[in-house]
Amino acid sequence: MRPIAIRAEMRGIPILQPPAELSRTMTTLTRLGLRTLSQMAGSPTLDRLGLRKPTEKVLYHGTKAGFKTVTAVNRAFKAVQKLTSPQRLPKRGGGGDLFDLRPTDDQAMIVEAMRVFATEQLRPAAQKADTDYGAPTELLAACAELGMTTMGIPESLGGVGTERSAVTNALIGEALAHGDLGLAFACLAPAAVSNALVLWGSAEQQATYLEAFAGDKPPAAALAIMEPTALFDPFALKTTARLVNGSYVINGVKSMVPLADRAELFIIAADIEGRGPALLVVESSSSGLSLEEDIAMGLRAASPARLVLQDVKVPASALLGEGKAEVYAECIHLSRLGWCSLAVGCSQAVLDYLVPYVNEREAFGEPISHRQSVAFAVADVAIELDGMRLLTWRAASLADADQPFAEAAALARRLCADKGMQIGSTGVQLLGGHGFVKEHPAERWYRDLRAVGVMEGGLLL
Amino acid sequence: MIQLDTPRKFKPLVRQAQEVASEVLRPISRKYDRAEHERPVELDMLAAVIDGMNEGNSEVGGTGATGVRRDAVADPSVNRNGTNISTCLSIMELCWGDVGMLLSMPRQGLGNSAIASVANDEQLKRFKGRWAAMAITEPGCGSDSAAIRTTARLDGDHYVLNGEKIYVTAGDRADLVVVWATLDKSLGRAAIKSFVVEKGTPGFELARLEHKLGIRASDTAAFLLKDCRVPKENLLGDPSINPEKSFAGVMQTFDNTRPLVASMAVGLTRACIEEMERILGECGLKPDHDRPMHRQPSAVAEFVRMKADYEAARLLTLQAAWMADNTQPNSLQASLAKAKAGRTCVDVALKCVELAGSLGYTETNLLEKWSRDAKILDIFEGTQQIQLLIIARRLLGKSSAELK
Repeated sequence: MRPIAIRAEMRGIPILQPPAELSRTMTTLTRLGLRTLSQMAGSPTLDRLGLRKPTEKVLYHGTKAGFKTVTAVNRAFKAVQKLTSPQRLPKRGGGGDLFDLRPTDDQAMIVEAMRVFATEQLRPAAQKADTDYGAPTELLAACAELGMTTMGIPESLGGVGTERSAVTNALIGEALAHGDLGLAFACLAPAAVSNALVLWGSAEQQATYLEAFAGDKPPAAALAIMEPTALFDPFALKTTARLVNGSYVINGVKSMVPLADRAELFIIAADIEGRGPALLVVESSSSGLSLEEDIAMGLRAASPARLVLQDVKVPASALLGEGKAEVYAECIHLSRLGWCSLAVGCSQAVLDYLVPYVNEREAFGEPISHRQSVAFAVADVAIELDGMRLLTWRAASLADADQPFAEAAALARRLCADKGMQIGSTGVQLLGGHGFVKEHPAERWYRDLRAVGVMEGGLLL
Repeated sequence: MIQLDTPRKFKPLVRQAQEVASEVLRPISRKYDRAEHERPVELDMLAAVIDGMNEGNSEVGGTGATGVRRDAVADPSVNRNGTNISTCLSIMELCWGDVGMLLSMPRQGLGNSAIASVANDEQLKRFKGRWAAMAITEPGCGSDSAAIRTTARLDGDHYVLNGEKIYVTAGDRADLVVVWATLDKSLGRAAIKSFVVEKGTPGFELARLEHKLGIRASDTAAFLLKDCRVPKENLLGDPSINPEKSFAGVMQTFDNTRPLVASMAVGLTRACIEEMERILGECGLKPDHDRPMHRQPSAVAEFVRMKADYEAARLLTLQAAWMADNTQPNSLQASLAKAKAGRTCVDVALKCVELAGSLGYTETNLLEKWSRDAKILDIFEGTQQIQLLIIARRLLGKSSAELK
């Protein structure tokens, strides 16, 4: 069994085995009866398509696993103090009247700490986490100790945050993703939830959850927006929440949910009875929640999986930001900026890896960097990368200044999705065959950078 | 603190430039595109206004002709927004109006920029108020400006210039031409100097005016220099041949002017983007910045992609200018900006023509003109390919002998 399943089962969260496509095959087989099964077993197609093992596995697990209702072993979230009003961090504010590209001293200090952590801890652990489909618990704990969540929580709630800054968060994302994009995602996923609670949480929600995020061992948590639909639109959700007797009843499937197997808290995007999309706080101990393995091509260090919600009941007070449309839109924009910041960090890693490689690699008696076709490709990476960074910073700085930033975020997202992927591809291409094998990180970055144009949610600057 | 908005103090300047562009340049844009080689007389009065603007505020550059002198290294703890940024901003606005017009603005030539950047005080005074063009390119050398063949020989109190110069922007209309020539071909780059040649100097002949793809409002001249005698005080900068410094010094002018040319491209790109936005609006299309692009019409998706590239070009340009204002070395960033802005303006202008269909392809709209004007911006002051060379050499630590 895959590690994700092992971890989740240990914690008592039911795992729906097998993955959806295979599970359909399985249901069909059951319906068609054993005769079909034996016919199918003899079919050369299975061997030709390499489907024999998976199919056998499906049949095996189909009898063994299935839906189980288990109570997750979670901390009990309880309001620790009575808050009369929600606590917000003041936005950092506009940067004054001048064009400026210098981080503040505070930002420079934080970024330096993140950079060291990324270089010394994330990069060396990246390949194994990718293979294992999950980050080591100790690494995520070390990351939490750096203050990934507490930094954004007001002092009145036990955190150390004094201001709210999307720019600071963008710089952190960039620094961490320079170590590894997938691990950066895993490190930052809980902060998406705590940031959202600081930004939009009610007094009760903050009192209930934020103390835990400010503590020594912040819970794993995930902001779950995506759904397994082609052409996914976060403003047209299939997941629904109906108000029944003062509780929301949620049904649907969320995909690419990071740390899903260990998360204790989710923020779920759902369509509120035709009123449009909104966010709901859902504890992982809620009944009706289950996981489905959904192995992704990248971001594997964050062990993304599907989260199935079947008649999950949460109190009406679980609605975040009073279900306002502008809160949801801001969440989507800040999330996309999160992906931009990781794209910038990872693309910088590609460039930093390419420069020495093309200088050292020789062909036809000289370094390949002496060829314009190679050198110009490196130059293109530098040009687009700098543009990605500036667009991301601009959108984030507008958010800090409390100015409209929807368009700036959309443009940053477009550029980062397009150029980030192009850079990921160049990273593999210029290494040639070496780029295609796991001896070098280029192939991982290629897989991870594809996510930038795909992902919604998961992060929140 | 990271902040990428237009500096507040330059907003009046931007507004002023925008007014000039929309009230003066746009209305005559098509007229002089059709009437190539005709002098846009409307610009004479405007030039006087710009002179006033440049005089009035030392921190606010107009069109770049005031030069981009580098001050001593500034205190890094102080953030400065100065002439480099303001000049870029104002050029962006004016080129939103018309690139060819900007290049034809009296007394705002590239030669003026060179004089302002490298001339000594005496020369600055002597050439003040004159319109100066710049002559570098020759029939046999373009991008490799180190290979120029025009010679300058010292003869008493004069330099004697011989050679042929082409692609001299505003060469016909300018009062002066700054001519690049070598003191000694065998000494390579270090021996290349620039000389101010007065119009009417015997031996300095206008050979022809070019007929061009775009920027037709701007005259592009070719000159013959036949034993043309220039007072030796007209050599700009240091007359000695110093292999360590001289050519680098000349090329440094380009580090400073590259963001200005990038600004031209950014301005033209914005013109296209705004026109396209209007046309899309007429078709009932408007980008929705919430919903994913793949859920929107492809014309809208194209538009958003173009606008993202435009923003990248714009911010890269401001980054390079900001670094210059803060006396940070910006050769790399200047090339990043020029490369991105140059390719973006061509891509965007051509795509807009395609999207606008026959409306964009014909003279009823300025899009077709802009798509012709755009191409030069990816060529002059260092082609796309030269920018890539500069960027790659810097990143990879390669010499021009290694990475050719």
